This record gives sequence, structure tokens and C-alpha cells, in this order.
Amino acid sequence: MATLRLFGPARVEAGEARAELAGRTVGQVLEAAEVRYGEPFARVVASSQIWVNGVAATTEDPVTDEDEVAVIPPVSGG
Amino acid sequence: MTPGELQGDQGQDWIAVTERALPVDRALAWATEPGCGAIVTFCGTVRDHSPGRRSVTSLEYEVYPEHAIPRLEEVAASARSRWPMIGRLALLHRSGRLVVGEVSVVVAVSTPHRAEAFDSAEYCIDTLKHTVPVWKRETWAGGTDWSWCAHEIEDVGT
Repeated sequence: MATLRLFGPARVEAGEARAELAGRTVGQVLEAAEVRYGEPFARVVASSQIWVNGVAATTEDPVTDEDEVAVIPPVSGG
Repeated sequence: MTPGELQGDQGQDWIAVTERALPVDRALAWATEPGCGAIVTFCGTVRDHSPGRRSVTSLEYEVYPEHAIPRLEEVAASARSRWPMIGRLALLHRSGRLVVGEVSVVVAVSTPHRAEAFDSAEYCIDTLKHTVPVWKRETWAGGTDWSWCAHEIEDVGT
């Protein structure tokens, strides 16, 4: 089970900041998340970048139990 | 307060994300070096309005803590590669809830001459806004929601 980390609007739509989800690729983990959290969450994901362990990833990238997949919506620091 | 009291002090770079008030005066004093004749300090402060939102009263900054500090370190390294004459460089960012007037971000940079201090400070604030995983949620008279001034996150580059 990969760790999913959620921030900003992704966290709010999901109702939680962290989850353990099954999936052998980034895409499978995100599909599981969208089933769990629903359409508003999926819309946030569509406009977000996905990181694995702090690095930009694609949906085809493989993940293991040790990996952390993060949904990174547009940022607004400063 | 000394740099060591906030996480991330690395000698000539002072990188921190903290829920405490940012030590602006301390950053200015810390950036002062004998070989540097210029210090530019930029402070971002909480404003009482944003696009389409009047009477903003507070902000909440959410941070991806494990990666915000490394990203700020990348910004500092990138600035140093572009302006090798930089003496000291502080990049400090708040997390948590801030009210109008509070300082949300500090860039303090010292260089031998002023042109490089202005240019590198502007580069640092512009770059960190696009590269560091931080999210701003605004509370105003009409409600609470995420900032409309958001950017798809980018890599720092060199």
C-alpha cells in the first residue's frame, strides 16, 4: 500500500490528509483515491501535479509500499 | 533569536518554515557581512484584500513540510549559481494562521553591490512562489477559500 499525501484543496475535498491505498502505479493509486473521495476530488487531481517522494511523476510510474504519492494542487506561497 | 533557533540554518544560508512570527530584524542583522555593501530585505505581508475578495481578515498557510525546506534550499542554491557574489541569504516562510499585517515570507540577501542584491532578492521571491509546496487559504467577509493567485508548481531549475 502506497502512502497518499493530500494538500490544500485536495485535502479539503478528500476530508483527510493521508491515506494508504493499493496500486502498482501512480495511476492506480489515484484511481483508488478518486473512487474513495469522489468527483470533486477528481477535479482537483486533474488540475494538480503528482509527486512521488518529492519528484514529479506520471500516471505510468510504478509505486511500492515505501513510496509516497502526493497530490500537489497549484501553489500559492509567498 | 539566532538563526539556529529556527530549523535549517546552514552557515551562509538560513532556510526555515515556522509557525512563529518571522524575525525580520534578526534576518537583516544576520545578513550583514563585512564584504557586502548591500542588503535587500523583502517582506511579504498579509493584505486585507485579494482579487474578488474584500475585507480579507486572515490567511492559513498549509505546507508540505518534508519538501518545502528542500525546495527553499534549491532556490537558494539556484540564486547562488546565478549570483556567486551573494554573501548571506535568508529564505523564511510562515505556516499556520496569520492575520492582516503579519509577515508571511522574508528574503534577505547581502552582496558586495546593490544591483545584485535587488536582482537576486527578486529572483528568490518570484521563484519560491512557483516552486515551493505551500498553499494559502484566505478568510474574508464572504467566506473562506483557497487563493486564486496560484501557480502550477514548477521545478527550481538553475
